[in-house]
This record gives sequence, C-alpha cells and structure tokens, in this order.
Amino acid sequence: MYTQGLDQKADGGATAADDAARLEQFQRRVDAEEKIEPKDWMPEAYRKTLVRQISQHAHSEIVGMLPEGNWITRAPTLRRKAILLAKVQDEAGHGLYLYSAAETLGVSRDDLVDQLLTGKAKYSSIFNYPTLTWADVGAIGWLVDGAAIMNQIPLCRCSYGPYARAMVRVCKEESFHQRQGYEIMLMLCRGSAEQKRMAQDALNRWWWPALMMFGPGDAESKHSAQSMAWKIKRFSNDELRQKFVDVTVPQADHLGIKMPDPDLKWNEEEEHYEFGEIDWQEFFEVLAGNGPCNKERLAARQEAHSGGAWVREAAAAYAEKQSRRAAA
Amino acid sequence: MSRQDWPLFEVFIRAKSGLSHRHVGSLHAADSSMAIDHARDLYTRRGEGVSIWVIESKDICASDPAESTALFEPAEDKIYRHPTFYEVPDGVENL
Repeated sequence: MYTQGLDQKADGGATAADDAARLEQFQRRVDAEEKIEPKDWMPEAYRKTLVRQISQHAHSEIVGMLPEGNWITRAPTLRRKAILLAKVQDEAGHGLYLYSAAETLGVSRDDLVDQLLTGKAKYSSIFNYPTLTWADVGAIGWLVDGAAIMNQIPLCRCSYGPYARAMVRVCKEESFHQRQGYEIMLMLCRGSAEQKRMAQDALNRWWWPALMMFGPGDAESKHSAQSMAWKIKRFSNDELRQKFVDVTVPQADHLGIKMPDPDLKWNEEEEHYEFGEIDWQEFFEVLAGNGPCNKERLAARQEAHSGGAWVREAAAAYAEKQSRRAAA
Repeated sequence: MSRQDWPLFEVFIRAKSGLSHRHVGSLHAADSSMAIDHARDLYTRRGEGVSIWVIESKDICASDPAESTALFEPAEDKIYRHPTFYEVPDGVENL
C-alpha cells in the first residue's frame, strides 16, 4: 500500500458558498476527533482534497502491482511465488478498498479509472522504477512497503471515516508485505557473495526513491497546513521521512549492507540519523512523467483495461439477461 | 474507454457463527452472485468470514444526518431507561 505526499496544489480554503457557521461547526467536529461520514456536510475543498488523495492512493496500489508482478513467473521457489502472488493480490484489494472510499465522496469509479488511464491522475512516483533483479522484490517489500506503512498508520486516524476504515484494513494486511521483503533480503545477504552484491545493488537503487515517497520537504510543502487542520494528515513529510530513516538504518546494519549515502550518520544529541540531500529534481521529473518506466506502466494499465473490456461487457450482458428472465 | 457501469454493492460479513453480519465495505459487480464472488476475494482473503451478504447500495434506505437531532436527541434525557439510574440499597442482592 502506497500513499505519497505528491503535494499538488491544494484546493485553497472554503468557497464563499460555504456557510461560515457550518464551516465552524465542521472544524469543531474535526477538532473533537469526531469522524466525518459520507452524508455529513463538509467543505467542498475538504471533499476535493480527499477525492484527490484517496484516488491517487488507489491508483498507486493498482500500478504498484506491476513492478512486482514482473517477477511472479520468475520467483525462485514455489514458496516465494505463492507469497508474491498473495502480496500482489493484496495490492489489488487495497486499490479496491480505496476506490470504494473515494466513491463515497460522490465520484464514480469509471471516472477515476479513466483519469488514471488517460494520464490525468497521479500515482506514487516509486512505481516508475524498474525491477531488474529478484533482490528488487525484496527491496520493495522492505523499503517501499516500509515507507508506505509509515505513511499509512497515521491515516488510520484520518478524520474521514471511510478512508480511515480502509486504512485500518490495509495496515493489518501490510505488515506481512514488509516482512516478506526483509526476509528475501536476509536470505540474499546470508547467501553467496554474488547474492549479497545483488541485495546491495537493490538497496542502492531503491533507497533514494523510497525516501522520496514521503513527498517534498516541509519547507516546500505549502499545502499540508490545511490537511493538518482537517486532520487528514497527522505528521509532516519530513517527520515521517526521518522516522523511516531512523528505523530502517539499523535493519540494513543487521543485513550487513549499506545505504548509498555518504552523509548518513548518527546524531547522538538529537538521537536521529542525519542523511544526505535528496535529488528533488529527479522526483519532479518522475512525477512529470519522465521516470524510467512511466510510459510502460501506463501502457500496461491501458492494455489490461482494453483487453478486459469483453469480460466486463459479457458479464453485464449476462446479468441483464438473467434479470430479464427473472422478471418474465 | 469502455464504461463499466456495474452497480455498487454493500458487503456484510459474518466473522464466525454466533456473530451478526457486519458492514465491511463495498464493491462493483454485474449482479449479486458476482458481488458475492468478488466479496469473497476482496474481504475474506484471510479467513475473515463464514457468511456474506451483499445488497445493491441504492436499495439501502438511510437516515439523514441533518435529522439526527430530531431522531436521536429524545433518547438522551431518558436516563431512567438505564439500570444505573436506580438506587439499590447496600446489602440488597440479585437485582
């Protein structure tokens, strides 16, 4: 499961049409940690922000199946294949929970899917990187799912009920994803020198993109204040990133491999790891569609969608015939 | 793009016998039997259920949050409906 602070333009404050008193009452409910439910009144900007965030999150789950799906037929053992299949199936499920949550806000599934397929909608930048070796499957579970968990746990307390409930379900399912990834890394690191090199190579390629998953730094992240006030977001991008670095570095130490960051060091006083500068140019390039696999990912989704059209049509025709017969 | 236009269903799962069905989420399907198949794959991948109910979302009638005060407030001051409202003298048992 993969959410990301993409930090596109937020939908400002309330519009003039939003009644000030209702707005105040809404904020009081949010401040009191009451959950907002689909039929409750909500500011239009809150609705729009949620639709965008939840649908991007859903798209990320769906596109996120592709890099790992790439290795299902080449998994080294039957055990690994069964695990990877289950994980990829979970990602599909997570996408569906999230699309349903977005639909409670009054958007249609078909429109959301169209937005993804036409390239209008964004999804997490991480899935535009290729999975070159089996170790990448390990690195994705360990780092990408690890970063996603860090992002998603606070979302279980999001003010919007259906999103929060979807996230509870997702987080429950997610921890196996991270563990199976770490176990793959562990096996490689305990293996031959060549296998260990493979694990190190995967870490080298996935570490920085994983850090980018938390979105731009707080100084650049102009729109998160509103999301914080609405309790959609609970921690800033930089806070979550720091937490991720702090928990992940010791895990790499245990594996005996190193983060590709010469500036990484423990700060005794602050009790945090200091880490090097993130290449934000790369992040924005990938987001703009110029990552290594953007075109391939979109093409794969489009092909799956058009290739499955006849199944959807046949199912609809069959359902219609059945209901006509039942009526007759 | 071809449109799916499958209706939305709400899904209810009985976690184990003895418990009531509980709303777990929703999904799209062409008809109710496909909705049950999809619910099996989507909501019971880890043995979360022993029984599934599905109903088309449009068939659910729901109360209006705007009327929640009129609906639910009358119950709030009727504290005598709770056993804790009553005095039970010390030493009196089995009440």
